Amino acid sequence: MPSIKMTVNGKEVSGEVEGRTLLVQFIRDHLGLTGTHVGCDTSQCGACTVHVNGRAVKSCSLLAAHADGADVQTIEGLADGDTLHPMQEAFRQHHALQCGFCTPGMVMSAIGIVNDNPEPSETEIREALEGNICRCTGYHNIVEAIGAAAKEMKA
Amino acid sequence: MYDFEYQRATSVEDATAKYGAAEDARFLAGGMTLVPVLKQRLDQPSDVVDLGDLDDMRGISEEGGAIVIKAMTTHHDVNTSDLVNNKIPALAALAGTIGDQMVRNRGTIGGSLANNDPAASYPSAVLALNATIKTNAREISADDFFTGMFDTALDEGELILAVSFPIPEESGYKHFPNPASRFPIVGSFVAKSSDGVRVAITGAGPCAFRVTEFEDALSGGFDPDAIRDIKVSDDGLNTDIHASAEYRAHLINVMTRRAMGE
Repeated sequence: MPSIKMTVNGKEVSGEVEGRTLLVQFIRDHLGLTGTHVGCDTSQCGACTVHVNGRAVKSCSLLAAHADGADVQTIEGLADGDTLHPMQEAFRQHHALQCGFCTPGMVMSAIGIVNDNPEPSETEIREALEGNICRCTGYHNIVEAIGAAAKEMKA
Repeated sequence: MYDFEYQRATSVEDATAKYGAAEDARFLAGGMTLVPVLKQRLDQPSDVVDLGDLDDMRGISEEGGAIVIKAMTTHHDVNTSDLVNNKIPALAALAGTIGDQMVRNRGTIGGSLANNDPAASYPSAVLALNATIKTNAREISADDFFTGMFDTALDEGELILAVSFPIPEESGYKHFPNPASRFPIVGSFVAKSSDGVRVAITGAGPCAFRVTEFEDALSGGFDPDAIRDIKVSDDGLNTDIHASAEYRAHLINVMTRRAMGE
């Protein structure tokens, strides 16, 4: 059984996992960080998106052992105390969620989009969201929130 | 997913040694195909040898008129590389059409080529640009590499180290995406160099293939009109719920003309 160590939301964590343990299982079941969701479990919906070494990835398609030594950020690591991350705040202000299931993945993915492209156009946001599926909102408010957050993050 | 022995390679030699010592191993590159395959229990290896630590298998350089992309370079890195964007912009653009943001952050060129999915985008670029695949054992020319559906010229345990793409005078890539998965239903890569024109198609057959009728016609003049009336045979092309062989044959012509900027 691989024994793994990584930094999750700035904290050193470790654990014993099976070779087949997925990163999302380690995050949810071993660390109890259940903000990262498993939607489709087939690497299509993006609900499980986290950042590994600063890049957005689908944690249901990564082995936990593969992330040994990595720096991982989940939705729980975004807010600073009671102050939401600008992307979270923009999702709140623009009502960019209904049931909220896809939201953690949307927010993590959206931050990846803005990190790569600080001034995304509406079209670029829509194209870049290809790996995230929302079944409630029709995406309209999500796209607005990401555009607004991009301006806020740049300021 | 069935369990397996997880091993982490410390060097190329270590990776092949671990692979060789195991009963039935798989190399793990970005895992964007292998992990979903394991989750669906479509494969049951005894060992998975992770190449993730091999930093000297990542990187892009220019060497003697060619762009050399090491095997563990991600699609994102190819898509955003200044060098690739300057020298072979169609290749950089192609990498940006693969999967989505999260897949491009993990998926690698070496993994994609070794897997040889019939709808993978990279094989069309490798074939059309007449690239050379460098492995830990030898160099394989693009024309010899893709041997069938999910099948390549790689021997058991042979590892792709890099792909060398000769810089063309001109090139272009266009695909018709499946509306749901965004995989190419048909993709066409066209490259013009001093050796002539090469046209390679992905998504339409069991693996990427060249269209010599187009190549011959375009060698006389690099103009989409030269191929407009050439009908490609649908013999042996894929038929599925997304597109018939006949429709794919039609798309081969259309996508090739669009790849040329039409």
